[in-house]
Amino acid sequence: MPRYIGKEMSRVDGVAKVTGRAKYAAEFRAPNLAYGFIVLGSVAKGTIKSIDTSEAERAPGVVRVFTHLNTPKLGPKANTEYAPPRNAREQDKSFRALQSDRIYFNAQPVALVVAESYEQARYAARLVKATYDAEKHTTDTEAVRESARSPSQGPPPKPRGNPEEALKTAAVKVEAEYRIAMEHHNPMEPHAAVAAWDGDRLTIFDKSQEVYSVRRHLATTFGVPEANVTVVSPYVGGAFGSSLRPNYYPALTAMAARELKRPVKVVYTRTQMFTGHGHRPYTIQKIALGAERSGKLTSMIHTAVHNTSTFEEFSDNTTGFTRQVYACPNLFAPTLIAPVDLPTPTWMRAPGAVSGMFALECAMDELAYKLNIDPLELRLINYAERDPESGRPFSSKALRECYRLGAEKFGWKERRMEPRSMRDGRLLVGWGTATGVWGAFQSPASAKITYRADGTAHVTSATSDIGPGTYTVMTMIAAEYLGNRPEQVKFELGDTNFPRAPAQGGSQTTSSVGSAVHGAALAVAARLLALANQDESSPLKGAAPADVEMLDGRLRLKRDPSKSVQIPEVMRRNNLAEVTETFESRPSEERRKYATMAHGAQFVEVKVDPDLGRVRVTRAIEVTACGKIINPKASHSQEIGGVVWGIGMALTEATEIDHRFGRIMNPNLQHYHVPVNADVHEIETIFVEEDDTVVNPLGVKGMGELGMVGIPAAIANAVFHATGRRVRELPITPDKLL
Amino acid sequence: MRPFKYTRASDAAVAAGAVAANPNAKFLAGGTNILDLMKEDVERPNELVDVNRLKLSEIKEARGGVSIGALAKNSDTANHPLIRRNYPLLTQAIVAGASGQLRNMATNGGNLMQRTRCQYFYDTAMPCNKREPGTGCGALEGLNRIHAIFGWSDKCVATYPGDMANALYALDAVVRVRGSNGKERTIPVNDFHRLPGDTPEKDNNLAHGELITAIELPKSNFAKNSYYLKVRDRASYAFALVAVAAALELDGGNVRQARVVLGGVAHKPWRSAEAEAALAGRPASEESFRRAAEAALAGAKPLAHNAYKVELGKRAVVRALMRAARLV
Repeated sequence: MPRYIGKEMSRVDGVAKVTGRAKYAAEFRAPNLAYGFIVLGSVAKGTIKSIDTSEAERAPGVVRVFTHLNTPKLGPKANTEYAPPRNAREQDKSFRALQSDRIYFNAQPVALVVAESYEQARYAARLVKATYDAEKHTTDTEAVRESARSPSQGPPPKPRGNPEEALKTAAVKVEAEYRIAMEHHNPMEPHAAVAAWDGDRLTIFDKSQEVYSVRRHLATTFGVPEANVTVVSPYVGGAFGSSLRPNYYPALTAMAARELKRPVKVVYTRTQMFTGHGHRPYTIQKIALGAERSGKLTSMIHTAVHNTSTFEEFSDNTTGFTRQVYACPNLFAPTLIAPVDLPTPTWMRAPGAVSGMFALECAMDELAYKLNIDPLELRLINYAERDPESGRPFSSKALRECYRLGAEKFGWKERRMEPRSMRDGRLLVGWGTATGVWGAFQSPASAKITYRADGTAHVTSATSDIGPGTYTVMTMIAAEYLGNRPEQVKFELGDTNFPRAPAQGGSQTTSSVGSAVHGAALAVAARLLALANQDESSPLKGAAPADVEMLDGRLRLKRDPSKSVQIPEVMRRNNLAEVTETFESRPSEERRKYATMAHGAQFVEVKVDPDLGRVRVTRAIEVTACGKIINPKASHSQEIGGVVWGIGMALTEATEIDHRFGRIMNPNLQHYHVPVNADVHEIETIFVEEDDTVVNPLGVKGMGELGMVGIPAAIANAVFHATGRRVRELPITPDKLL
Repeated sequence: MRPFKYTRASDAAVAAGAVAANPNAKFLAGGTNILDLMKEDVERPNELVDVNRLKLSEIKEARGGVSIGALAKNSDTANHPLIRRNYPLLTQAIVAGASGQLRNMATNGGNLMQRTRCQYFYDTAMPCNKREPGTGCGALEGLNRIHAIFGWSDKCVATYPGDMANALYALDAVVRVRGSNGKERTIPVNDFHRLPGDTPEKDNNLAHGELITAIELPKSNFAKNSYYLKVRDRASYAFALVAVAAALELDGGNVRQARVVLGGVAHKPWRSAEAEAALAGRPASEESFRRAAEAALAGAKPLAHNAYKVELGKRAVVRALMRAARLV
């Protein structure tokens, strides 16, 4: 019986966070620290004609004003001697600030003012005067949609079967177009860095979801060996993908620190965040579904077009999961990109999946109404028993049980099919459902454990904890397999001095890093077994590492716990105060024989005021099947957060651009509406646990993104059910329902 | 923000004198709006005269009505028994605005002075005649989903963003003001804010150095039948797309007199004399309310992205009147 895994545990970092002891990037101090403030440009495309910094330089406290005129050239070309790109992924084309007079997007950084205090820097930033030679720009994806193309990375999309022909002959068809507004992550914590050089060695405190990628980026940027760069990021106040890539500010901060030979801190304002990292792209999707009268899908054609920037390619693979959700012999699902004069988009919680599934799951709802088949029933009719794309079996897939349980808990069978048929007084009631899907990813990851004779352990891995509870879950896994108590485990992360871990993205941290911690704990046990068995009289003689386990300071035989050794004694005999093991876990070969995915079913109730167009999500039941749940407490929080994100995407969030200026016009929290508590009502999250021995040794799958995937579609479908109005463009604000 | 001189005034004469003496000086009360605007470089005073120590926060009965101190906090005002009992419309309007934290800081006088939430006003890289006269109106042909449908000019299509004032307009409030010469005057609240015309930089009719000391509410017969309705992009903590302050004085089943004020539709709270006239003497019924709503929105001139406000405005007027009449 597991002692910790699968049982609720409060966050081990909770007290530090609520008491303010947890240090976020902007809170680090360094002696003689100077403060940088970024100046943003005001045209969308063109060149800087002139930039006058004289008044800013004369302002009190100003140390230096950096512009493209006095900033050293950074990046791969600056010095490739130390850090030549080793593969395509390392050809770091990310935008670096102040490198030329070119303007690629509106609100691009054009200067960095460094002063003795933040207030002085911010004030002097107002005094920098730039003029531009503006060129004709395009920021409207609609305007360039016809010229959209396949991303150059990866193979061009191939159809399955003959979707065009199958659509022509289909008994029932749905063809519709869906749109998703551009969105921004808006984590609570603004992005920040504190950089300090010691000779050609750099230490930087950064908000990051992957310290190793920031290290590589900075090494490339400054032409120094990676080993010279230390990136520290112990706490992250939400990121949701906005810190997956190195943004432009760490290099900018480190550049200033190097030039000034003193530590520098730069913190984004909320407004700077809107062009200081990527965004969920504006996405136009066209879907055609063909089906038999029975509801069986015969053709799916799903084309997505979204924006990228003019200097980098980005695709969130909007239609990727469309290929794997329903059994359908004929399918074509390309995602195309179109460059516009905006910053490069990036991954934002459930990237691609939530956008693609919004369109697909709304179209499925439309099809259900054309067929007059219950929307849930239609999904069961097209249930994919094997991965329709590869033909491989799923390593586990409890989606059918999710549907069943969710429907039962929600009371789905009470639903009347016709729109506008359910009421609560003056309010229209709508019930909607949708499917959620996400991959069960795993990447190579390493962890190091130092186990001491007193039973305590120090566990490290350079992963991140942007909120899902990584500190806690790694502590639980370590304690489980080291046989000690969570209080005896100190887990640390977010530091390039720790073993390499992948980005905290794609919902793969517990599967990847958890497997590494698990492996390192087993390696400690194996080492102790070898040490114990150096003694001729060891009761564990002949036992293999797989036969033993650690518990309460003893190493014992699993099948006969009476056979055991005292670990402190073994260590003392060997003159060891501690044992250290580093373990790298990798995805197994076995995984390749299977499709590895996580699934979920969402059931949503909305109440709509038909006169005023107000929508309230009064009830949401989310049932997810994502392998084994390690910490139910944090896992439920994750899924609740996913639902709230879905509510925001469905009803309130949109980044608005004035295309005449190519400028984002709501880069702040008063005009960009994230949901508030009053928007959030009853949310119930349920896990259908899967016993999956293929995905990874812990049997876990990702859940952080899965939780939001089906929600926007379920809400839009519920709004249709309530009102009879099919809104195909998110967010569904009151004006769209009048 | 830009450097500025900060002084804390101990009496009104000193405060008014200090501001009057410096054309770039402003009063500082709760600071919930002006400090944000200074950080964004939208407001650029070189002197702030803090009036928070002045004894202007009393809420008391006066002349059959109530006098509310200019420095009384929004929260204290909304929760005051005199207000809750006699002017529930005002309580509803105040709590519909901002958040608990902001209402604890914001003062009544400051609330009247709060500036528009037009995105172009907030972005110093964009044209805005209100912020910088002569640069043009960014919203006129730009993003104007949240902008005015009444009373706008080619120079400015911004709206007054507040909730409290919408109720004050319905309740015939009077704003008491102290001039820099020490003389007091009163301004009927309906004459307090302005339409933009050719000078959108002026939000209201206060002279420089004039200090709001109190807001006076006359005796009201609306307490039984009033309602504040706010429609916004999320359930709380957002500015109104359309708001309606509705108040009825009923005589049996008939309307003796009515007040209909729309918020979020103009450069000032938009009191609809047409709707009020359409209601006077008519039965308190959905049919009358619909006619009043048609009358209220008849003169609307929507922009490219806010035509929905006309229909939404009508429906909101009907709903608010129905709630005020307790018919729903």
